[in-house]
Amino acid sequence: MNLKIQHYIDLITVLTQKEIKVRYKNSFLGYLWSIGHPLAFAMVFFIAFKVVMRIQIEDYALFLIAGLFPWQWFSNSVNAASMVFLGNASIIKKVNFPRNLIPFTQVLQDMIHFILAIPVIVLFLFIYHKSPSLSWVYGIPALLAIQFLMTYGFCLTVSSTNLFFRDLERLAVIFTTLMFYFTPIIYPESMIPERYKYLVNINPLTPLMVSWRNLFLNGILDPLSLIISLTYSIFAFMIGYLIYRRLSWKFAEVL
Amino acid sequence: MKEPVIIFNDVSKSYPLYHHLTGGIKNFLFHLPRGINSLKNSRFEALRDISFEVCRGETFGIIGRNGAGKSTTLGLIAGVLKPSKGRVIVKGRISPLLELGAGFHHELTGKENIMLNGVLMGLTRAEVSRKMNEIIEFSELRDFVDQPIRTYSSGMLARLGFSIVAHLEPEILLIDEILAVGDMGFQKKCIDKMMGFKKSGVTMVFVSHSMEDIGRICDRVMWIENHTARMLGEPKAVIAGYTGNSQ
Repeated sequence: MNLKIQHYIDLITVLTQKEIKVRYKNSFLGYLWSIGHPLAFAMVFFIAFKVVMRIQIEDYALFLIAGLFPWQWFSNSVNAASMVFLGNASIIKKVNFPRNLIPFTQVLQDMIHFILAIPVIVLFLFIYHKSPSLSWVYGIPALLAIQFLMTYGFCLTVSSTNLFFRDLERLAVIFTTLMFYFTPIIYPESMIPERYKYLVNINPLTPLMVSWRNLFLNGILDPLSLIISLTYSIFAFMIGYLIYRRLSWKFAEVL
Repeated sequence: MKEPVIIFNDVSKSYPLYHHLTGGIKNFLFHLPRGINSLKNSRFEALRDISFEVCRGETFGIIGRNGAGKSTTLGLIAGVLKPSKGRVIVKGRISPLLELGAGFHHELTGKENIMLNGVLMGLTRAEVSRKMNEIIEFSELRDFVDQPIRTYSSGMLARLGFSIVAHLEPEILLIDEILAVGDMGFQKKCIDKMMGFKKSGVTMVFVSHSMEDIGRICDRVMWIENHTARMLGEPKAVIAGYTGNSQ
């Protein structure tokens, strides 16, 4: 049993190392790419909403980044998930290893990119004369764990079903784009009109993304949002895992 | 009688034709009745009522035309497919020899790929590190192992693949038509290595179209025709039957 766990850990290590190595082959440029994408997004929204539409939010650049970085982790993983099994078809057809480790490492490596991008948030905090808070010490690990579970759940669902419905990949892209605008990332939840407010927490990503932003900007971790997002993430994981369990033994047939 | 390590008991394997699904949700919804109907009724039969046993230390050959069901049989042994009927029992760790370059990542170096592949096949990282030198030595790719394998030729990839599998200390080795690539020298080396495995008591299942290799290595051969076992027995007799039939 111990050997089995050791092997799991080793599998996760090599699979993650592989992705990181491929991405960072050109060392520093690789790092720039992984923060460049969300930063470019932030700039676009900053120009559109702050410069052109003059939205009334203070420190809007910082506000954007604090929400966009964790969002990028989620959406990168979910969008990549549709291809992870297809991309490893030749191994899946021949070797019997725990396939769920492939989406697992996908989420893990996107999490690592996100963690590596946190210094950029700190930099922006300093630019706006703010500083990191001590609550990050427990807040960041807690939110990392919750988001990992939730993202992994979504990824298991998308990656497993995409083998059977190959156009799900396109739907996943549409889904993440829609979710992006329905989640208070480029706007604060306080700006949502009163009559739609009740809808906000139906979106499983809202409490999580709002928690990240509150933590980064104000050093506050709201226990209620934490519990709601934890509940959502457990549900997302359970649904994803059940779908995976039901379909995984058919992977080699359909590939 | 030796102990059987692979047992097929009246095994049949059929799958639904997935193309109605894999055409996508859009397709499936637009042709809903037809899609459901075809999922329920049209099944592709890959194997029918196959029974055989492979004993420990035996080298078992499988021959037959393309699409006869050889790879499905290997898939069932490897445990990536489940039989639709009957039982498959396998005792021992299985090492499949992957097709050319499968499980490799082209941007990684030879060494990194050895690690990746070794762990995927069931070894721990420490075990792979210990065998690293031996594997590189056997592959004769010492000068190239620090280069990304996208620069390798297909023969070199085959060398790397076989070298990894050959050093996994397999209990049951599955070889699916792999030796065709690679130069003569390396093919001979592979055959020698397989002979060595044979001596040391490794069970091997060997799929090939090369009757010469099958005849030389295998103890027993099964001929699969039209998704079912047509003949099973001494290599000479089965090969004669198969080649006679093909002409």
